[in-house]
Amino acid sequence: MSYLEYNTAYVPSGFRKLLHVHWPIVLLLTAVSMAGFLMLYSVSGGRPEVWMEPQVKRFVLGISAMLVVAMVPIWFWRNVAFLAYLGALALLVGVELFGETGGGAQRWINLGFMRLQPSELMKVGIVLVLAAYYDWLAPEKVSRPLWIIIPLILILAPTGLTVIQPDLGTAILILTGGGAMMFLAGVHWAYFATVIASGVGAIWTVFESRGTTWQILADYQFRRIDVFLDPSQDPLGAGYNITQAKIALGSGGWTGRGFMQGTQTRLDFLPEAHTDFIFTTLAEEFGFVGSITLLALYCLIIFFCVATAMTNRDRFSSLLTLGIATTFFLYLAVNMSMVMGLAPVVGVPLPLVSYGGSAMLVLLLAFGLVQSAHVHKPR
Amino acid sequence: MKRAAKDAEHSSRRINRRALVLGGSQMAFAAMLGWRMQSMQVEQADDFRLLAEENRINVRLIPPTRGLIFDINGIPLAENEQNYRIVLRREDAGDVDLVLRRLARLMPIDPEVIARVRDEAVNRPAFTPVTVLERVDWDQISMINVNAPALPGITAEVGLSRSFPRGADTAHVVGYVGPVSDYDLGKIDNPDPVLRIPRFQIGKTGVEAKLEDMLRGSAGNQHIEVNNLGRVMRELERQEGDPGADIQLTVDAELQSYVEARLEDQSASAVVIDLASGDLRAIASAPSFDPNQFVRGISVANWRALNDNPFRPLASKAVQDAYPPGSTFKMVTLLAALENGDVGPEDTVYCPGFTNVGGTRFHCWRARGHGNINLHESLKQSCDCYYYEVSQRVGIDKIAEMARKLGLGIRHDIPMSAVRPGIAPDHAWKRETRGEAWRIGDTVNASIGQGYVLATPLQLAVMAARLATGHEIKPRLVHSVNGVIQATGLGDTLGLNENMLRRVRQSMYDVVNHQRGTAYGKRFNADGMRMAGKTGTSQVRRITPDERARGVTRNEDLPWQRRDHALWVNFAPFDTPRYAVAVVVEHGGGGSSAAAPIGRDITLQALYGGAPPLDVYPGNVRDEIATQQDRIRNRLSAGSTTRDRA
Repeated sequence: MSYLEYNTAYVPSGFRKLLHVHWPIVLLLTAVSMAGFLMLYSVSGGRPEVWMEPQVKRFVLGISAMLVVAMVPIWFWRNVAFLAYLGALALLVGVELFGETGGGAQRWINLGFMRLQPSELMKVGIVLVLAAYYDWLAPEKVSRPLWIIIPLILILAPTGLTVIQPDLGTAILILTGGGAMMFLAGVHWAYFATVIASGVGAIWTVFESRGTTWQILADYQFRRIDVFLDPSQDPLGAGYNITQAKIALGSGGWTGRGFMQGTQTRLDFLPEAHTDFIFTTLAEEFGFVGSITLLALYCLIIFFCVATAMTNRDRFSSLLTLGIATTFFLYLAVNMSMVMGLAPVVGVPLPLVSYGGSAMLVLLLAFGLVQSAHVHKPR
Repeated sequence: MKRAAKDAEHSSRRINRRALVLGGSQMAFAAMLGWRMQSMQVEQADDFRLLAEENRINVRLIPPTRGLIFDINGIPLAENEQNYRIVLRREDAGDVDLVLRRLARLMPIDPEVIARVRDEAVNRPAFTPVTVLERVDWDQISMINVNAPALPGITAEVGLSRSFPRGADTAHVVGYVGPVSDYDLGKIDNPDPVLRIPRFQIGKTGVEAKLEDMLRGSAGNQHIEVNNLGRVMRELERQEGDPGADIQLTVDAELQSYVEARLEDQSASAVVIDLASGDLRAIASAPSFDPNQFVRGISVANWRALNDNPFRPLASKAVQDAYPPGSTFKMVTLLAALENGDVGPEDTVYCPGFTNVGGTRFHCWRARGHGNINLHESLKQSCDCYYYEVSQRVGIDKIAEMARKLGLGIRHDIPMSAVRPGIAPDHAWKRETRGEAWRIGDTVNASIGQGYVLATPLQLAVMAARLATGHEIKPRLVHSVNGVIQATGLGDTLGLNENMLRRVRQSMYDVVNHQRGTAYGKRFNADGMRMAGKTGTSQVRRITPDERARGVTRNEDLPWQRRDHALWVNFAPFDTPRYAVAVVVEHGGGGSSAAAPIGRDITLQALYGGAPPLDVYPGNVRDEIATQQDRIRNRLSAGSTTRDRA
């Protein structure tokens, strides 16, 4: 079903739209963000002006923007999807050429009032453009090779650009988010099976070559991979952060050490406590109860998104909502796996909780799209 | 473009199917994350909690306060002195260079020191204090305090360091302390963790080293919370350690200082034993050195000067150097013969000036001989031939046994460095150490304390003490530990025939008080208190027949290292003995002229508890003694000013 078939008479208009916003999701987003404010307050040692206040301002800005986006009809967003993607791509190229480097490898464009990371924008851009693409494409053509190549190009172009930044975390999110969109759109299982199988095969071959005469990578490259996969091999270097993070998380116990009482955080043993490792501070200070609650809040958000997507008969809306939910999930899954020592440290923030303007704004804008799809659901 | 409704329915169903698959896997993954949280935060929580505590809590040792050392009258011999050092903290200083420049304007600071401080301040964490100056005086501290606003980051810190108020006078007894070295640690099986504290000081020599375990005490500990850089955030727990035990020595500091002064920088040593208890009232070695230099860190030049000095200031000669005892050994030979009935008290031996034994001619010190001579005269005039004869009758094994009984050839257990056992040679000894059979000539040599016989000044004093009392007096250096009085050194009776002992003592009395005695000139009469003693002059070289034909070369004409050692032992008062004294002047010449006067003066000093009146001395030496007393008084007061400076 396409928006052309909408019976617009049933779509709410004007301020009545506000009644149709998915308020539980707004509430949940606010709750998660507030958990973030609390943790930023704690990490700064009780000085809200350091991290908490800017984050609250961004949240207010973001949630307002979300509501504005929600009021705009979803078909408008479908029409501008490709333009948005191109814009994000252009920014990504631009940042490669003119951007400022800061805080490791991430690149920024200074907008005056904030510093924007185009790679964050692209995480939503890729979902948007693929949703529009598969809405446009006749369902029976979805698995034909020719129509596979186009989304692949759309995915790989920004992935490549972020890899060379180098921002591995974002690249993984874009690649996996794009892949998830193709999966949702109904691309045949066999493609995914092939890609996964060949990927696994390639990695297996590379590792199998180690120590043989046909070794594919140099020894030092292998050692780098070893440390990347298992930081405990380098306890004072790459392993230091993850070791301290695990100690912080584990020492929380059932109910945690109390608000602002986490020794790992307070005594600066925990690195990057306000950004990528903020979850460990929460886990240290609020324990298992606190961390499982946050995880539950995240799952609830995803659950509501999937639920609204599945009841939405508009293909674009449904794909967009699912894609955004998946991207949101990828954020938190990679971040949590990372700080719990299940995955290598790749630099992915905890959505809505980690300090950072771009990710917060982009995520709230994305949820604006989800809200728009919900508000303008064909009835 | 309108699509078939059927298509749309089909597509929507497929999206929903896949959405379920994807959503389901997401929930499964989330469940796995939840399980991981549970496993880390619930199951392994204790392990991680422990690691977090290890991270944040540092255990620091609080060094114990070292025990003090006092003399018998409570005069401090080793103290812990407060000293101030100036430290700089970069985080408070801001501009390190500026602050150092200002500080250098207030007090002289070596440019090298400034360079070092700047280097350390920049390279170490900002909160670490860097020592700028050590052992600064109170004026400089006041100057820092007055100018505090202009010197941010500069503070004065107080610390304890060992000081030896009696300086060189007690250096060999008390010893000195220094920072623990790797060599020290290597010697200890299970080192006390406190020894790992940087610059922790332990005893290096003397009582400081031997009684280290008592003096050190035990460390306390302090649990402190630190951040990732090691900065101390707060103290969590504090457990004070036990300070080391205070030790009171038997030494009388005033007498000890007098003895050091009386030795007058000769290469000499002297020991005074209190006969009531075996207490060592003085054990002096000269020349000495200032132990405070070692605590502060001795300069290479001073160290080399001490090492290269032929008089060996660092050697604790009273216990560590064993000398041929010479004629002071004759009492041993005599008593061995008397006890075994090999000679009667009135038996005489003819001394023609030499004795031939086994084809070798042994000379008496008096070339023309003593004629017929008995026990009493032999000791009084120190005739050698008498002993050559007597020793052959009694045999070396009995002599060695008597030597050991009188405290020679055995190690006396006092807490000083390098206490030597000396040698009381016998058949077994020579077989074991030389692999050779004992020869009769060895016995003859040993009978007058030459040859293989070696004794330390401490042993000679013990011998005099045992002769005077007939008791097995053991030298005692530690009077009390933390107020607990230690066992006395007055041993059981030696079981010697009292009649024979009395004869030997009487002969020693005549050595000093009979006009034909070898030390007659060194007599005194202090209200009836007189002393009994024995001179000794031991050769350090062999006199060739050729030299003897030309007449024995006078000591004064020989290079210092080849001159005879001068020895002296005595006890006093003769009737009720209170002190035993031994004096050895290395290469000092004749025992009577070089060592006996020192023994006399020390004895009088001990008896009077200060300088004796001049009229105790024979009239002919009073003038000489008066100037000598002045000289020593000056020396002592000069010494006390250097002590005050230290």
